[in-house]
Amino acid sequence: MDNLRKKKNILSRIIFQTAIAAGIFALIILLSSIVNEAFGYVIFVNENSPIEIYNSDKKLQDASKEELIIILQENLSKGLVRKFNFMEPFEKRNKDNILNLVMTEVVNPQIVKAWSLYSSIFQKTRIIETLKNDYPDGNLVFRSWLSLRFLITPQSGIPEKTGIFTALTGSLLLLLIAIILAFPLGVGTAIYMEEYAKPNRLNRIIQINIYNLAGIPSIIYGMLGLAVFVRFLEPVTSGKIFSHTINNTANGRSILSAGLTLGLLILPIIIINAQESIRAVPKSLKLSSYGLGATKWQTIWHHVLPWSIDRILTGSILAVSRALGETAPLIVVGASTFVAQKPSSVFSKFTALPIQIYQWTSRPQPEFRKVAAAAIIVLLILLLTLNAGAVILRNYHNQKKKG
Amino acid sequence: MKTAIDIDLFQKDLSTNLQKREFLIKGILYSFAVISIAVTLGIVYILGKEAFLFFSGGEVSIIEFFTSGEWQPVIKKFGILPLLNSTLLTSFIAMVAAGPMGLFAAIYLSEYASDKFKSKIKPMLEILAGIPTIVYGYFALTFITPFLKNIFGYEVVDVYNTASAGIAIGILIFPMIASMSEDALSGVPSGIKQAAYGLGATKLEVSIGIVVPSAVSGIMAAFIIGLSRAVGETMIVALAAGAGSNFTFNPFRAAETMTGYIARISGGDIGYDTVDYNSIFAIGIFLFIITLILNIISQKIVQRYREIYD
Repeated sequence: MDNLRKKKNILSRIIFQTAIAAGIFALIILLSSIVNEAFGYVIFVNENSPIEIYNSDKKLQDASKEELIIILQENLSKGLVRKFNFMEPFEKRNKDNILNLVMTEVVNPQIVKAWSLYSSIFQKTRIIETLKNDYPDGNLVFRSWLSLRFLITPQSGIPEKTGIFTALTGSLLLLLIAIILAFPLGVGTAIYMEEYAKPNRLNRIIQINIYNLAGIPSIIYGMLGLAVFVRFLEPVTSGKIFSHTINNTANGRSILSAGLTLGLLILPIIIINAQESIRAVPKSLKLSSYGLGATKWQTIWHHVLPWSIDRILTGSILAVSRALGETAPLIVVGASTFVAQKPSSVFSKFTALPIQIYQWTSRPQPEFRKVAAAAIIVLLILLLTLNAGAVILRNYHNQKKKG
Repeated sequence: MKTAIDIDLFQKDLSTNLQKREFLIKGILYSFAVISIAVTLGIVYILGKEAFLFFSGGEVSIIEFFTSGEWQPVIKKFGILPLLNSTLLTSFIAMVAAGPMGLFAAIYLSEYASDKFKSKIKPMLEILAGIPTIVYGYFALTFITPFLKNIFGYEVVDVYNTASAGIAIGILIFPMIASMSEDALSGVPSGIKQAAYGLGATKLEVSIGIVVPSAVSGIMAAFIIGLSRAVGETMIVALAAGAGSNFTFNPFRAAETMTGYIARISGGDIGYDTVDYNSIFAIGIFLFIITLILNIISQKIVQRYREIYD
């Protein structure tokens, strides 16, 4: 082999390898840029200094319960004190609870500056300088924007106090509705296409149609949902047809509308996957069932479905994970930007995890970017869990078929 | 392939009750399948109806819609060209980024990589493909844009720009192009490869001279599907490409795409039967037709290439 050809051969190999490396590199950069934003130093500045309000040599943490109650009464309006007392009488609360109340309501520390994880590790001296020069009475704290509190707190307009509880419940309800619609419909269609459909023109059109549905941009499904579920079926999706007493302002822009839209979106994915699973059922299995005198449906119900159900479920889980991350159709269907209360029914206004990420990312304040990063981590962990579940199911299936 | 026995012939002997049940179930399943057609018809009907209202409203003619270079709904100027232009710009950048890279990665996976390496890399590409587009939008805005600003200068690159959105879309479609192309390359019969090796060809010569040309239709199908995804992508452009239409070929300027406009307008509480409401459907049907044509072309190509080797 002459030298030039050899060199070209090696060079091209390096180029091809670089392409793979670039893909992996992109994945690593993507994930680390999100982690980078979700953790880091923040400077808290107190609205009221604990020393001033307590007026003692001791620390606020060491104050007695009675002293803390006095602080509350001195610094808060009477109405607010009465409200807290009404929610749970002060006598019944323990000291930590009162201290917590003093901290959040009176001291009220607010984040004035936040850094990324990278800066927190490598530029600590500069951060400390900023603290000394610009915020002499601030506290420097290393903050994980992702926390248990973040998961169980409803939405709020303040970055350090907001959470994703409403978004998580919204997302779960949406997925539930989507799967209730798409799973039976999708598997039923797949059974028809694989077991009943004769290769005539109509069935070919249905098949091509299913493939094309899978390729339509998700935002178009959103527009279908807007026109059909939100507008045309408003009496149903706002719940007015069932009861006149349902009190909501969703006007059809409800969890039900959005869930059905997502259901239509994942329908072709579930159909195509279920078709492939059913096609993989060995013909001998079906023929022996027929040979024993079983009808078509008996064969499908007792042999075809039990054999292929693991695979169908695996594919459906992947379809659900697609629905979990979908944002565009929800925006078009009319997700609400601010929902602080847990949805009371499927006719309520809704928000979802990706919608929250979108909202927080598009705000100008840098703190909201960090909240968005924390929410993205939650979303990715949920997706990873779903995918891991699908992989485990697939492996279990493979082992069972072997054994 | 014909089934050895036609089951339906034997089912005539069943008792009437059983026969009825079988018939009923078949009917139910059939109606399920028809729903998939109904969804498509629904999409076409709704997009078409609202788009018709848009054009028959007297404020804009179809010719003006496709030829006017200005999209300013506030002053009743509805020319789709600026939106289409930025959609094509982001898609073009995405294809430039993901096309060659995807193909190179596919060649490496199919011709060079060991099975062990492949089994480790493919799940990673699957993860990359499974990340929601909103996350890519976040990445474009918080990482790619500052990165571009650092390289090209803070004045040159806007906060919102089509380059950053295009690159993010490129990363999004890279794994799809790579894995579809890899499928096409792996489908090339090893006989013709062995023949080339037998004539003394190097691995590069076999890959570029034999395997890629043999699989070219499958690769093209992968590229077209990738393009179709890029054109319909919404969240990345909604976050990173900017709001407000702008007829520019400069990738560092903000310019709203078709999908970006639909997302922004429908994100607010728009009233039904307003010009804004109808305009998103006019854009929607145009977008639908573009992606449908791309998908059909891709399917046709795949069908032809299957015929060659089966």
